[in-house]
Amino acid sequence: MKNIVILGAGTAGTMMANHLHHQLKHPEWQITIIDEREEHHYQPGYLFLPFDIYSPEDIVKTIEEFIPKDVKLIKQQINRIVPTENKIQLADGSELPYDILIIATGAKIAPEETEGMKGSEWQKSVFDFYTFEGSLALRNKLREWDGGKLVVHITEMPIKCPVAPLEFAFLADSFFKHKHMRDKVEITYVTPLSGAFTKPKATEALEHLLHEKGIHIEPDFAIERVDNEKKEIVDYGGKVIPFDLLVTVPTNKGDELMERSGMGDDLNYVPTHKATLQSINYQNVFVLGDASNIPASKAGSVAHFEAEILTENILRYVHGEPLKEEFDGHANCFIETGNGKALLIDFNYTHEPVEGSFPFAGIGPLRLLKESRMNHMGKLAFRWIYWNVLLKGTHIPFVSATMSEKGKHYA
Amino acid sequence: MEKIIAGKNITVNEEGYLTDFNQWDEKVGEAIAAEANVPLSPRHWEILKYLQDEHKNQVALSIRRIGKSGVTDIKEFYQLFPVAPLKTATKIAGIPKPASCI
Ligand SMILES: Cc1cc2nc3c(=O)[nH]c(=O)nc-3n(C[C@H](O)[C@H](O)[C@H](O)COP(=O)(O)OP(=O)(O)OC[C@H]3O[C@@H](n4cnc5c(N)ncnc54)[C@H](O)[C@@H]3O)c2cc1C
Repeated sequence: MKNIVILGAGTAGTMMANHLHHQLKHPEWQITIIDEREEHHYQPGYLFLPFDIYSPEDIVKTIEEFIPKDVKLIKQQINRIVPTENKIQLADGSELPYDILIIATGAKIAPEETEGMKGSEWQKSVFDFYTFEGSLALRNKLREWDGGKLVVHITEMPIKCPVAPLEFAFLADSFFKHKHMRDKVEITYVTPLSGAFTKPKATEALEHLLHEKGIHIEPDFAIERVDNEKKEIVDYGGKVIPFDLLVTVPTNKGDELMERSGMGDDLNYVPTHKATLQSINYQNVFVLGDASNIPASKAGSVAHFEAEILTENILRYVHGEPLKEEFDGHANCFIETGNGKALLIDFNYTHEPVEGSFPFAGIGPLRLLKESRMNHMGKLAFRWIYWNVLLKGTHIPFVSATMSEKGKHYA
Repeated sequence: MEKIIAGKNITVNEEGYLTDFNQWDEKVGEAIAAEANVPLSPRHWEILKYLQDEHKNQVALSIRRIGKSGVTDIKEFYQLFPVAPLKTATKIAGIPKPASCI
């Protein structure tokens, strides 16, 4: 019997288990998936929890219910990968051999990377919303906060779901409007990038929205430290921004497991071939989701497209065929813009997000790069799709893993 | 597009980054630096050379990596190139603007 081991039962690992168990069956193959947690979180929900739009029950389920019965689930911390011996060491000291390894251990925040971030004001006036605990603590804070300077901040790129902090700023604007206290809140959006986003057309559209909503933007800000006493963030160039409430996205990193195994880069991401998803250093190791270093968005939608392509490539690998260089960096994200509206962007390694219609060229019903209520319904529907379609590895009708250029207004 | 830098015809992109490193020399670097209001000291040159080497070796550049390079630290990097240091330094060095992943 041969072993496929999947590390991490989050978005990407769960999808791979669901894809592969149809293809590689007992008694020839045993699929095993390992995760240290009990719960599967719908992370996009962390954006809505602080504003009381979702409640904890909406975004937390057990890992078990999404893992097929014939896949073995081990609930333990993974201590080390020994790629030269094709085995995994678990926290209890036991070992597990593999023929094929799939790394899907994701990314997480590392506030300790920035001086003073996890200081005396942590979860008092300095919050993150990239963890369940952070997002819940922020909800409790926002329920009683009476206004002042709100600073929404990105520490450094890359981060998961790079538009989430912008969405947070938009939703905050609409949250305070509904509470009739928008005039008491000054919102500043602070980013290490030169603008609201990395791609020109989307940046233009998003900066227009920031302006419209009276949100001030501070670009090119590379944070050096958080001053807990003065309640300021200070950048390496000496720029200072005061806050009453700091909502920051700390540095994101891959799991320390990669450091222990000598398999990560300086941010613990695993060097991966961007079109085949095979790891650069080991032929029988594949990487998908946030754990890889490929230059695509760290997003659930990306993991979904990757999973379809990686499943094919693993079958090719098993049959000794050459891998398909098919992944094009396709990402598809809804961007909540507040007041019951959202934008939709669709892009890949080479094509930036532009205006148009989706998924049917010229028809829609979703509009690309334009605010609409339909897009907002799409974003909310995404949660249902996530739990009921995406995790199960079901193909979404009409949306292909590689990006379509039809119906898009490229200049 | 073409731009005259230090008396030479140089091909640059819309943001002013050289598209062909073969057209770069120290005079060109100095001219771009002057335009960005960065007077170049020997220390600047050490860092510019380091950036060019990293680029040649296809290492993706980031502020974090420069901080850990042993060549300089982030604080000094900001003192030497005060405004958007990585973007400015790569432009002077004649190499592409580092892509920030999304
Ligand atoms: C606030 C926020 C908003 C977002 N919004 C969107 C959105 O609107 N749309 C979108 O597409 N994406 C969004 N995302 C991104 C999306 O959630 C992630 O890209 C996706 O979950 C990545 O899946 P993954 O499987 O790579 O990692 P994860 O889902 O994080 O799973 C990794 C798993 O590995 C396990 N693990 C790691 N290390 C170990 C170890 N050493 N031992 C044992 N287990 C381990 C973890 O416990 C975890 O279960 C958002 C993310 C955040 C934080």
